Amino acid sequence: MYSTGTESLLKQAREIQDEELQKFYGRISKLLNTNRDFGNETIDSLQRLNLIVSATKYAKTLPSDLKKKLQMLLVSKAHPEQIQVLFSSVLRESLPLSIQDLSAGLAEDVKSSSYVAAVVLSQVACKDDVAPVCLHMLKCMEARQTDGQICKHTLPILTKLISYSPEILTEDQVNLVSRKLVDWLRYASIQQGATMSSGSFFSGPRTRQPVPVTEVDGAVAGDFFTVLCVGRSFGEDQWMNMYAFSMIRKWLLTYDTEGTSGGESAHLSPIQIMLSQVQDDRSEVDSSVVSMVSATSSSSRLLPPKERLREKAFEYCHRLIEQSDRKAIKRTDTELQKACIVEAVTIMDIICKEDPSYVYRAFPSVKALYGRISAELAYARVLIPIAQFYLNHSEMAAVDSEVVFRQLFSRFPSELFNEPALAYELVQFCRANIAVLKDGVSLYRQSFPNLFKFLAWNSPALISDYMELLPSLMSPNTAVEILHSLLDLPCLAATLDLQLRSATYQASERVLWDHGSKIASALEVFRQPSYRGLFLYILRPEAGSGDTIDRLNMLHEVLSEMAASPRVMQCAQVVPVLLHVFFNNVTEFADQKLTNQLTLVLLERSSLLYNINQFKIELFRVFSTHIRALCKLHPSLIVDQCRELLDFAGSTANIYSKEELYTNVVWLIGEYLSVAHDPRCSVELITSFFESLEAVLFEISQVRQSASPPSYPPHVLTTLMTTLAKLASRSQDLIPRLSLSLSKLCTFARSKPVLACYSEEDAEEIITRAHELTNLLKLPSVAQFVLAPPALGESARWHRDTNTSLPRAMRTITELLHKQSNFLPG
Amino acid sequence: MYTVHNKKGEPNDTMVCCFLIHTVCSVNALSAGSSRVLYSRVFGPEDNPETDPERRRLLQKERLLHLARRVRTAVGLCHDAAGSACVECVLGEEAVALGEAEFGVLRLSAGEPFPVERTVLWLGVQNLAFSLVCDVHENLLLAEGTLRNLARHCMEELRLLGPGSEILLKSDRIDALLHRYLPHGQLLFLNHRFTHLLDKELSAYGSK
Repeated sequence: MYSTGTESLLKQAREIQDEELQKFYGRISKLLNTNRDFGNETIDSLQRLNLIVSATKYAKTLPSDLKKKLQMLLVSKAHPEQIQVLFSSVLRESLPLSIQDLSAGLAEDVKSSSYVAAVVLSQVACKDDVAPVCLHMLKCMEARQTDGQICKHTLPILTKLISYSPEILTEDQVNLVSRKLVDWLRYASIQQGATMSSGSFFSGPRTRQPVPVTEVDGAVAGDFFTVLCVGRSFGEDQWMNMYAFSMIRKWLLTYDTEGTSGGESAHLSPIQIMLSQVQDDRSEVDSSVVSMVSATSSSSRLLPPKERLREKAFEYCHRLIEQSDRKAIKRTDTELQKACIVEAVTIMDIICKEDPSYVYRAFPSVKALYGRISAELAYARVLIPIAQFYLNHSEMAAVDSEVVFRQLFSRFPSELFNEPALAYELVQFCRANIAVLKDGVSLYRQSFPNLFKFLAWNSPALISDYMELLPSLMSPNTAVEILHSLLDLPCLAATLDLQLRSATYQASERVLWDHGSKIASALEVFRQPSYRGLFLYILRPEAGSGDTIDRLNMLHEVLSEMAASPRVMQCAQVVPVLLHVFFNNVTEFADQKLTNQLTLVLLERSSLLYNINQFKIELFRVFSTHIRALCKLHPSLIVDQCRELLDFAGSTANIYSKEELYTNVVWLIGEYLSVAHDPRCSVELITSFFESLEAVLFEISQVRQSASPPSYPPHVLTTLMTTLAKLASRSQDLIPRLSLSLSKLCTFARSKPVLACYSEEDAEEIITRAHELTNLLKLPSVAQFVLAPPALGESARWHRDTNTSLPRAMRTITELLHKQSNFLPG
Repeated sequence: MYTVHNKKGEPNDTMVCCFLIHTVCSVNALSAGSSRVLYSRVFGPEDNPETDPERRRLLQKERLLHLARRVRTAVGLCHDAAGSACVECVLGEEAVALGEAEFGVLRLSAGEPFPVERTVLWLGVQNLAFSLVCDVHENLLLAEGTLRNLARHCMEELRLLGPGSEILLKSDRIDALLHRYLPHGQLLFLNHRFTHLLDKELSAYGSK
């Protein structure tokens, strides 16, 4: 594996001195000049040169004579392949560019032209650069009959060219290639390619009887040649068949556009079909083994090239789907069958989009395919293009697609959540069809608990996708449950881990539990029937099935040992991000009722969270941000949720366990508990909040020498003081009580335990705040103005900022008051 | 004029745009989290806004470095999450090493680092990763099979489990490998006979 030796070799190559390098160039030039057969020394030197030119990100410039020599040798005939590869690689990686010289030299040799093209393509910087290569490739294609040989890579090169510059081909050239593609796709020989059999010494080379190619299961090929046909060797046309199928999707996507000349291919008249069955039989198919595809093939002889290609590509895909039913002898061919189904269904989808009349021909085949493979989990990934096909065309064909989506959203995420490629493809499918799924497939939104399984298992890879998907999963009906599910995401990760382990290790194999007794005990619990309901809730496939929030603590306890596992921690890290996405979107449709529910969830869940390092602290920060936003949107939720808020703000324990959220809730009470926001805000309500908070303030600021120093930050105190002052200004009977409390606070702030843990500035801040508020409350009408809640819709920034709003207003007032100090008793 | 985009206006590219082999372990000379690219092949022409050849090359290499770092992070996270202890394999145990390899897929948003969205498939074998960058609409089943095949060939032919430096000195073998299995970035539908014939050609290349 990667060793220090490799590193130091790389270092040498990178740090080679110019003088030495020039000498090396000279030596190689000499070797290339004198040596006609390129021995080991030349190869060795070229390999070193290749390393030197590719080792750094800065380009090396070859001496022009060396560059010319390399170019010349690359395009001329009859060098061993290794030499060509090395020339090509060195030229690709170095300067000056060879593109002008090489484009002209492409023609010389078929075998090397792919390596030459590789250099040219890597140096292309503008669309004009590719024209000569393109022309050369087209010429190759046309001239094939006379020459008898074609560069195997003509099609891959052409594909690369058209993806760089689709307009490079003229209409005629597109037609030419289309015709060629039809030939290669549909009319490749079904006999095995000629093998070089030299025969025995006496008999000389003998010609063998043609042997037909076989299907992947060993049976004689039932119809025209495809990539799923097997032979001992392949002829050129069969190789081209393979290259043609490999690029046909790209070709159709680029050039198979609507509005081309001619009629619709799938709508041939019966006479045309009859005619064509006679005419179109160019393939050398033995009539006894004709499969359904050729037998039902509609004619296309009369069609313009593009439509004809569409027809033939369709037939090819149809045949592939048929062939994929065969049981392959080789395992690699089974894998190829799957890849072929994906490609075939995707191509059919493209064709049906361009010409909807194909839908009726395609559906029976796709439907039968679905019926065949839907039960097999090994074919899960293949189902995604099928689902896409259903999504695009089932309506037109009046086919029910419900069952396909049920398979996709119910079974796969539950059973295959740990398959990274399936997860990726399914998520990309959702992303690509977000609008249709959201409104057209009810199961999609319903299945969010299942879809979250992919995310929980593989959060770092999928987080950016889920940030896009989450809004599409949200609706007024599911919002609350989604919020719970997001908060439970790390639990889900832990549970999935248990589920997988539980399936892997049977009870008798306890010895094998490599993670020690900790996970073993969690596994034990996972299997206990009494916990079954709880785990089933976390693993539920669809929304709305059960709610065990009151037993969540129990689950957290059981899973506590897994909180430190890397997978759970990775998952916990994405939760805050998703919560931001959730709340930023929920405000778009949340009414008063939903806002109330969400606020309640935040308050409840603040003490019901999985205990993971930093997770809670991060979440309280997110909760604080969004509970503020919710209140701003619907200020009357303070009155609606007064009981819960009272409980929350009245509990001293919350200061210690969730300080940030607590401070924010207290601030919200001061800000929004006012008749200005809700006429139900009675004096009694204000008083009960006041008393509750006053009790908290009293409790945490008791001066006892024996008491331990306060373990909360000073801004908790100042926020409490300010909120109390705000409430007192709205119910002025409370002012004397508060003044008394504030004066006690000054004593508290000067006490030893406080000075021991707060800085002098902090203590000073508390005292100043107490003085300012006391002074302010001496003028109740001024206090009422200063401490009034912001008017709705007001946008002044300081009103939103806890740290600046009040002091700023107060400084202004204080200045005013100081100027007329006779108003103040002192 | 032909359509370059499909109906939704997405680019319709379906090809592989690069293949690289890089480290996913810490390398002394590199900053933490960086990755040493040992082999890279970009299938041109690429989407590169620079016109000066030197700057084009620099941008291309920097994109690859960025990509290698991304994959390194992904491999690391995946490894942590799996929590399985890495078994050190030695020369000759290629099949074991490949059997234990971590596989993953990553989406690269537009601009990070390529101008359009791309998909990366990676295979982490011991302290190396093999990465295949595909266009978004590529057939990932085929791409995964191709990646595994390429990785196996590289492991065996360049003796990557051994202490040598073949990967640097004999990188032309990887070029020859890509020339056959991924010509110009085109994924191929190869059945076992096509593969066998290409393997035979390749072993002829190696024996010269």
